[in-house]
Amino acid sequence: MSGVTIRDLSKAFPRGDGTVTQALENVNLEIGDTEFICLVGPSGCGKTTLLRIIAGLETATSGSVTIDGRAVTGPDPKRGMVFQEYSLFPWRKVVDNVAFGLEMKGVGKAERRKTADRYIEMVGLSQFRDAYPFELSGGMRQRVAIARALANDPDVLLMDEPFGALDAQTRNRMQKELLSLWEQTKKTIVFVTHSVDEAVYLSTRIVVLSPRPGSVREVIPIPWQHPRDRTSTEFADVRRKVLRMIDETENAQ
Amino acid sequence: MNRQTQKRLLGAAALVVAAVIWQIVAVYIVGRSFILPSVTDVAEAFVNLLGSGTLLTDAVVSLEHFGIGLIAALLLGVPIGILMGWFRVADFLLDPIIEILRPIPPLAWIPFAIIWFGLTTQAAGFVIFAGAFFPILTATYSAFRSVPKVFVEAGKVLGCDTSFELIRYVALPAALPAIASGIRIAMGVGWMCLVAAEMFGVSNYGLGYQLWHNYYLHQMPNVVVYMLILGFVGLAIDRIFRNYVDARLLRWHAGEVA
Ligand SMILES: Nc1ncnc2c1ncn2[C@@H]1O[C@H](COP(=O)(O)OP(=O)(O)OP(=O)(O)O)[C@@H](O)[C@H]1O
Ligand SMILES: [Mg+2]
Repeated sequence: MSGVTIRDLSKAFPRGDGTVTQALENVNLEIGDTEFICLVGPSGCGKTTLLRIIAGLETATSGSVTIDGRAVTGPDPKRGMVFQEYSLFPWRKVVDNVAFGLEMKGVGKAERRKTADRYIEMVGLSQFRDAYPFELSGGMRQRVAIARALANDPDVLLMDEPFGALDAQTRNRMQKELLSLWEQTKKTIVFVTHSVDEAVYLSTRIVVLSPRPGSVREVIPIPWQHPRDRTSTEFADVRRKVLRMIDETENAQ
Repeated sequence: MNRQTQKRLLGAAALVVAAVIWQIVAVYIVGRSFILPSVTDVAEAFVNLLGSGTLLTDAVVSLEHFGIGLIAALLLGVPIGILMGWFRVADFLLDPIIEILRPIPPLAWIPFAIIWFGLTTQAAGFVIFAGAFFPILTATYSAFRSVPKVFVEAGKVLGCDTSFELIRYVALPAALPAIASGIRIAMGVGWMCLVAAEMFGVSNYGLGYQLWHNYYLHQMPNVVVYMLILGFVGLAIDRIFRNYVDARLLRWHAGEVA
């Protein structure tokens, strides 16, 4: 189990004309072990970039990410990632996509398929275990991608708008499933979303990023127990507060 | 009548018409079997050749030459293409050499094929190799260069930690459809090189060898028979390969493309 420390993190992407795109600037964030963090912020503010740096897929221009005191230098199966875009392997059936990480760990075929089936069931796709990704809808693919990341049993789970493509009903169910999984396994989750409602419903803390270059604008703790009642007045109050904060951040730009 | 039978009937009708025109032109206009054998001349020649019994041996010998060349091209072309597509250094090192060798027509290698291998099966195989190698190499190379980044990254976060694992489990399966089309093109080129490869007497059998042999004997109907067999076998090889690839190897791919 792992906490994540992000210190003075900046990221600039070089552009063709010699200038740079400053995606992140001086991000500081201390994520505790077993926390459920939601990252919100306007499009293009660097949420994906931040997740990719934590995952080790991108290197920071300056600053550092450490996990349990060890600097992140590259990708590691201990940090799972659910990508914002379509990332299933189209040549593998659903079950073999989900079993991929276990296969890399050297787990035998029967055993890894058994584990994969469990996660496939969890995301409600048992009927499609032998389907190829092209036979699935966008939302179903995303659920497979989630199952694939979970089956690898990472300590830190990085999720980039994983429920963005789902209908409201499936989305609610997946949120509940994710929460119960998080409570059972005590993973550290960093979850990007555009939905403030989702952030208030899921997270232990909401991190509001400012527009590009992204930096931490506000951190809002949500100290309530799960499951939370979306219809309660406290819920509505917090949601309103966060929304106002995002508005202010955007206007301040 | 559905589309499929309509297509078959029309195709068959056109074939018959073409054969009739061919027969009329050959018999009544040209009138000399040496210049243009008629359909019946060719049919007769085919029956005689069937009786004399070397057709099968010829086909087997040709497939052997073809197989040697193609397998060698696969064994070298795919790995070198992978190395150049995946490792920048290999690309920088090998690219100039490849660019110099690639435009050389495959048949220009025939003199050295004979000097290096003598009049052997391997010499014919080498000429076919020279034709098939580059299409396989370039297809593998560009397929590897266009593997979507997100697949490679997904592989990395899921625990592929060596280049070998990434190639074996991510890049190669992603590249396979494009490599398969490269192999199909290579088989076409290799088959075209076959007639020339068997021309210089590496064997006393082979479809290409018999084509030339019957030409020297002025047996033009036999030449036409061997031409047609070359065409049919080439077609069959292509069909079998394509069906195998589509049905077994790349079932997933059909659903991914328009
Ligand atoms: N590989 C890259 N090369 C150059 N610029 C990039 C690259 N990746 C991201 N950027 C830039 O960095 C900024 C942040 O991008 P990022 O994808 O992190 O935003 P985001 O917050 O995830 O947006 P969204 O909510 O729309 O997904 C953008 O301005 C983008 O143009
Ligand atoms: Mg993003």
